[in-house]
Amino acid sequence: MDGIHDMGGTQGWGTVVIDPDEPVFAEPWEAKAFAFGALSARLSGTNLDAMRHAIDRQHPHDYLVDGYYGRWLGCVETMLVDSGVLAPGAVEARARRLRGEDVEEPAEPILSKPDYQPTAAGSLREIDDPARFAVGEAVRARSWSSSGHTRLPRYVRGHAGVVTALLPSQVLPDTHAHCIAENAQHVYAVAFDSRELWGEGGEPFVLTISLYESYLEPA
Amino acid sequence: MTAEPHPHDRPGPALRAEALESLLLERGLIDPKVVEGLINRYANDVGPLNGAKVVARAWTDPDYKARLLDEGTAAIAEFGFSGPQGEHIVVVENTPDVHHVVVCTLCSCYPWPVLGLPPAWYKDPAYRARIVREPRTLLAEMGLTLGDDVEIKVWDSSSEVRYFVLPERPAGTEDLSEEELAALVTRDAMVGVGRVAAPVT
Repeated sequence: MDGIHDMGGTQGWGTVVIDPDEPVFAEPWEAKAFAFGALSARLSGTNLDAMRHAIDRQHPHDYLVDGYYGRWLGCVETMLVDSGVLAPGAVEARARRLRGEDVEEPAEPILSKPDYQPTAAGSLREIDDPARFAVGEAVRARSWSSSGHTRLPRYVRGHAGVVTALLPSQVLPDTHAHCIAENAQHVYAVAFDSRELWGEGGEPFVLTISLYESYLEPA
Repeated sequence: MTAEPHPHDRPGPALRAEALESLLLERGLIDPKVVEGLINRYANDVGPLNGAKVVARAWTDPDYKARLLDEGTAAIAEFGFSGPQGEHIVVVENTPDVHHVVVCTLCSCYPWPVLGLPPAWYKDPAYRARIVREPRTLLAEMGLTLGDDVEIKVWDSSSEVRYFVLPERPAGTEDLSEEELAALVTRDAMVGVGRVAAPVT
């Protein structure tokens, strides 16, 4: 989906400040959000790609205001509601009760976990199909746009690059996130000249990104 | 499900985390020991000290460095470093001529087994947005000025492949042991937004 999460190349953010003494978790709730996020795929009967898609689906306003672990908290709730583990509004109602508000909690929903079983642990898969593209070959990132999950960011769509490496084959996030199918594919490191992406006036550098085979066409 | 922005009086994250925990606990869906174990592991055990050991070994053992650049995941696993967000790690080497820097523009993917959880700056929208568009300018703002003759290579972590930067060994460290070298290596250098400084003598 073309959401707020797809930040590559967007402008107006200001500068970046490094805090060398930053703790791993700034607040105890961040540590809890991390742990629940790490457990979210198992709790919801889904997978890591579904988790990323649930983060992408946080409202753009909340995405920015909540910050990284706030988004993890939000995505866990989204995943558990999607799978019928928690009722919509259950977390909010419980939180309001915890702070003394007299609100009714929703009834437990009917479990609706997806019919999903991974074929192996993790995201890497062995596949027999020959790779469509070779190292050194010119390719173009497709200019598609989808309302579902994808790992093809807007800033490379429609642009031409060169395959620099064949990476391990992996489940396709676009279908895996929705628990439709693993659709394992070849994955390529594709290098783009910065001026192909941003125009002749920009800084010269090479941008390399991992792209799944179905994201690419011959250039 | 269409997302809606939340009302202004939405309970804050600390309260929502507590609410979520209480709901999961009363349903028997989480084990508090597992939750604490995960938190302790990433708060205390898995962090950039892992990566620093890898870098120091590569600086002192040419055979190890060759293995690391050839098959990063396996060479890193020689230290016992593996796990989530480290299924396939590619190691790229900074030299006087080429500078590598790593980002995840779509979320904040990061090589956990060698660096732990990502720092705030790595997750900052400004970093995710700008490092793929004006890396030289942004790196300078972050304190790393690169000469015009240095080629910049930016790696966007869009699949399950993770990138780890082998920084340049600073001059004047010929007599240091592997352990002493590891103590010099910083997290930021292993992502590519800093250099490893020579020890102050």
